[in-house]
Amino acid sequence: MTGQAVVIAVVQLALLIFVAPLLIGVIRQVRARLEGRVGPGVWQPWRDLRKLLGKNPVHAEGSSWILTVGPLALVLSSLLLCVLLPLVGALNAPMIPSDLFVIVSVMLLGVVALALVGLDAGTAFGGMGSSRHMTVAALVEPTVLLAIYALSIPAGTSTLSVIVGARLRDPAIIISPVSVLAMVALAIAIMAETGRLPVDNPSTHLELTMMHEAMVLEASGRDLAWLEVGSWLKLAALLGLLGNLVAPWGIVTDMTLWSVLLGIVAVTAKILLLGVMLSVGEVFLAKVRLFRVPELLAGSFTLALLAVTASYLVA
Amino acid sequence: MTAVTAGLLAQGMLALIAAVLAFSVPPRVRSVVGGTLCALTAGAGVITGALVLVGGHGNVTLVLALPVDPLILASSRLGGLFMVVISAVGVLVSVYGIRYAHGAAASRTSWAALAAFLLGMQLVPAAGNSLTFLLMWETMAAASTVLLLADHAHRHQVSSAAIWYSAMSQLSFLLLLAGFGVLGAAGVTTFSASGASVSTTPAAGLAFVLLIIGFGSKAGLVPVHVWLPRAHPQAPSHISAAMSAAMVSVGAYGALLVCTRLLPGGPPWWGVLLMVFGGVSAVYGILQASVTSNIKVLLAHSTTENMGLVFLAVGASVLLRSYHATAAADAALLAALLLLISHALFKATLFLGAGAIQHATGEIDLDRLGGLLRRMPWTAATFGVAALAAAALPVTSGFVAEWTLLQALIHGSRLGGTPVAVVVSVAMPLAVAVVALTAGLALLTFVKSYGIAFLARPRTAQPAATEVPIGMRIPMVLGALAVLAVGVLPGPVAEMAASVLPATRAPFLHTIGLGGISIPSIGVVLDPAALVVLAAAIAVPVAMIVRILSRRHPTRMTALPWGGGGSRARPRMQYTATSYAEPLVRVFDDVLKPSRDVQVTHAGESRYLVERVQVEQRMADVVETRLYRPVLNAAQRFGVLARHAQNGRIQQYLAYSFVALLVVLVVVAV
Repeated sequence: MTGQAVVIAVVQLALLIFVAPLLIGVIRQVRARLEGRVGPGVWQPWRDLRKLLGKNPVHAEGSSWILTVGPLALVLSSLLLCVLLPLVGALNAPMIPSDLFVIVSVMLLGVVALALVGLDAGTAFGGMGSSRHMTVAALVEPTVLLAIYALSIPAGTSTLSVIVGARLRDPAIIISPVSVLAMVALAIAIMAETGRLPVDNPSTHLELTMMHEAMVLEASGRDLAWLEVGSWLKLAALLGLLGNLVAPWGIVTDMTLWSVLLGIVAVTAKILLLGVMLSVGEVFLAKVRLFRVPELLAGSFTLALLAVTASYLVA
Repeated sequence: MTAVTAGLLAQGMLALIAAVLAFSVPPRVRSVVGGTLCALTAGAGVITGALVLVGGHGNVTLVLALPVDPLILASSRLGGLFMVVISAVGVLVSVYGIRYAHGAAASRTSWAALAAFLLGMQLVPAAGNSLTFLLMWETMAAASTVLLLADHAHRHQVSSAAIWYSAMSQLSFLLLLAGFGVLGAAGVTTFSASGASVSTTPAAGLAFVLLIIGFGSKAGLVPVHVWLPRAHPQAPSHISAAMSAAMVSVGAYGALLVCTRLLPGGPPWWGVLLMVFGGVSAVYGILQASVTSNIKVLLAHSTTENMGLVFLAVGASVLLRSYHATAAADAALLAALLLLISHALFKATLFLGAGAIQHATGEIDLDRLGGLLRRMPWTAATFGVAALAAAALPVTSGFVAEWTLLQALIHGSRLGGTPVAVVVSVAMPLAVAVVALTAGLALLTFVKSYGIAFLARPRTAQPAATEVPIGMRIPMVLGALAVLAVGVLPGPVAEMAASVLPATRAPFLHTIGLGGISIPSIGVVLDPAALVVLAAAIAVPVAMIVRILSRRHPTRMTALPWGGGGSRARPRMQYTATSYAEPLVRVFDDVLKPSRDVQVTHAGESRYLVERVQVEQRMADVVETRLYRPVLNAAQRFGVLARHAQNGRIQQYLAYSFVALLVVLVVVAV
């Protein structure tokens, strides 16, 4: 079992490293087409990465080694997410902890690394981005943990591979009110956590409205490349998780070559499909004012709380 | 005489020697002698507690000439665990104090008071009856007041803080006295006899409420927390560390003593009361911490938060036990113990780090700090590790504790697949939400305190801050290492804590893998070491790629930071701790009630040209202004009224005595 889990982990890692830039390319391309532009093509993020990795970073005066290590910590946290989440396969191996609380905290390590990078250069923009980023992260946390609680109720555990497995065996769980409410809450939380519209505008160039972009303002060259890869991987992994929770079919539960290939295709399709939906949705959304964001998050928190309480009424 | 008995006596002897020597040795060597002996006193506490934990027994009975109960010191596993934790903090603090203490904090009185303070704290968990308990408790409270007052000659805030502190300590003491009194009347006189049979009587309920508020005040819970943010910044840093990491744990010990030994098996409303008390404190504490810019005040509020979580966990365990969900109840109690251990370790390290910052720069206001990472690498590293634990991130002790609490809560509401009770079904989700909000805000608070103090550029001109001497670094490094050790290999510590639980059903907790924990009764597993191994396995290829890239492009350039296309970005233009928390202040406007004052000075006649803008923001403690102000004002008014009766005229006083005499005669005659 352990050997198989390691194989799945390596496959997930390789797949996500390939898919994450592609996902961003697809999202940007779909958006460009919907806005009537030609767009740079889906492979542009790969070209950007190659360019950035080949450049020398320029450091701001007075910054410390955090500016070099922070981006790597973010990448590491995102790569760990890719290993820990059940994306291609949902095998339950003791070696790889798949507990949801552990996974969330690993993700938060990346959040913290990014916030520290934003503060390190000592500019007003970096601090502003970092402050807003952490405020949103603090307010998202209750939603995320309550949604996890709601998801854990039918399976009786917070181990993600078991939760996905239970959904695969009994699809009625997926459309139960508990699950639907929890999934909506989780989706909003993921949008906020990954800096998508309507919480943050990933393509803004106006410093005053930036969150993520303001934090990476002082990063350049390969430091910037790592920061971008880290954020992309996180988005791809979380979309993959969402996809597998909504439609767990295709995920590997018994290890054969064909099932692994099927798992790869299935999860790639789910991630890209969700990416297209995200992109289409974002065309019709405007970024909400920063001080309206808490209202949105309070709404998602209420949904999560309803999900948990509903589980006692329905079940 | 057993080893434990010897250990208990040794602590008393060493503390006595420390106090005597502090008064007699010359000032030159006073700190070295005082610190060493205090460290030895605390070391004896660690050893004694450890002996009790591995199964040792021992007790000391001292019959007094007064017509009261004898003084009894008796070992118990719960007490042993607390003795180890408190004394471990004591060792760090004493060693740190050798180099840190100067001026008034290194006086004869201060060193002698530290010895008494440590002894009091270490022996409260060993107390075998209420008299001993209260005596040790009062030793601890009085000695800490003396320590707090060390610097009163130079700063007037110190005496104000000390007045608040002693008023709250005495209030807490009176509540405890009343609580133990009621308990004694209900039939629970010694700590070895369990009062399970009386737990449901109204008297037990009254005793419970009195004791919990009394202990809650020492643990810094809302609304009896007001002394904490006053006392911690005014005391010398090693004393703040001892108060915040060890003394509040004594308060939590009291709550555990009541809930597990004196009055086990309480009704559900006890659990609900504890959970509300703890939950409100946790959220309120961390909210205050997140908007504060003074490091020590921030850490003090964070103590309120952590103790709130401990009380929440204890409350959850009482509630669950009353509905017979024993597995989850035990897990919640384990979480409370782990939270306490973890809090003691990281809070001591954080306060010692704050002391190092103060020592090096003379500042504790985050808004005036910055860029310390390069100048104080050791402090930065240890403070960073402890801050990660305070934010409950892996792989630190804080994460293990919070994970256990969350698992206990989500597994608590169902017993064999069916909901336990409506109260539980409502309480558990709300508790998870409180823990999550607290964790989120703690994340922001500690990113803020670390990022603003250690990163970026100095916000004010500081004359060359340098790293603190090695004598102060060692305790900080030890604290940080302990935080990491418990975080990576929680197994042994968790097993030790589990052995303390009352009526442990055989193997409640297993150690798995290298040092992971597994609680089979609720089916949860955590192995942080596996996470570390996994991260290392991924880090190796990443590091190789980084190395190849940096070989290919070795030079790094330095340039000005982006100033918005305008001039050079000056250090004053950086975000400060206050601005960092500004969005949060807006979000929690209703709770924090900030008062803001903006003054704009215009240049010349123009409305559009601004010469200077002055912004002032004050954050009043709502509980204090709404609850304490009216009470204090009423006391003041009563005092003014009472002055009429006490006006110094002899005739009037003679009339009072005459009336009093008459009353006595009438009463006697009837």
